Amino acid sequence: MALQILLNLIIAFVWMFLYNDWSSSRFTVGYLLGMACIGLLNRFWPHDFYMKRVWAVIKLLSLFMRELVISSFAVMIQIVRPSLAIRPGIFALRTELKSDWEITILSCLICLTPGTLTLDVARDGRILYIHAMDIEDAEMLTNQIRGTFEKAIMEVTR
Amino acid sequence: MNTEMIKAIGETMIGLIVLVGSLIGALSAFGLIRLPDVYLRSHAATKSATLGVLLILTGAFLYFAFYLEHVSAKLLLGIVFVFITSPVAGHLNGRAAHRTGVPLWERSVQDDLAGIYGQEKEVRERDPS
Repeated sequence: MALQILLNLIIAFVWMFLYNDWSSSRFTVGYLLGMACIGLLNRFWPHDFYMKRVWAVIKLLSLFMRELVISSFAVMIQIVRPSLAIRPGIFALRTELKSDWEITILSCLICLTPGTLTLDVARDGRILYIHAMDIEDAEMLTNQIRGTFEKAIMEVTR
Repeated sequence: MNTEMIKAIGETMIGLIVLVGSLIGALSAFGLIRLPDVYLRSHAATKSATLGVLLILTGAFLYFAFYLEHVSAKLLLGIVFVFITSPVAGHLNGRAAHRTGVPLWERSVQDDLAGIYGQEKEVRERDPS
């Protein structure tokens, strides 16, 4: 992956040299051209095309933004309601992610979305203890986190 | 006339973004006073504030970029740093509170973490490595 990015940068610089033009627009055109070349030769690389991973990162970010807005409004509605009709609690989430980075990113994303807060990670890193503002159904919350964040993170890292 | 109108509309939109952001900030401050225990308060303090800060800084960034012709990377860096630091702070506050035995609100429904620290301690005493 690093090799592909390096090659892409080299193509962009060669393009700039050929035009003898050092503007950022020329660099952008060269970079896009290099991206197209590398993408078309995708089959001959031992690894996947790196833009696939960039795309996965963008998908993860947009998913996170959506969750952030939705759950912020849910939390704010709970705060301004005249009677506190919430049932907070701590539930354990068994995660399938393995490396430290994946678990760190997952727990940060859980912390950032309102309504859920990672309290602790088990010593082996397989179980996250999450404080949720409103537990109707711990099973449902678990499935929700698994279906959205865990899947998106796996797409980025694997 | 047209450009004048577009400018006015754009300015109003940016004003609305900043206004919504500050309203969210005010609401989360209200939640900080109102909610009953440490864990719920940290929800209000660290979470709604992230969206509020995001909206205010985005509004400022758009205003600088379109009306003063100055792309301010510092504002974007501000967003990035808030998003890196606020979950860590929330997590550590909650963890420290639970470790020192701050009780949950009496209407909490479940606590899967309750017995874990005791077990950990026993394991460590039995096998100090």
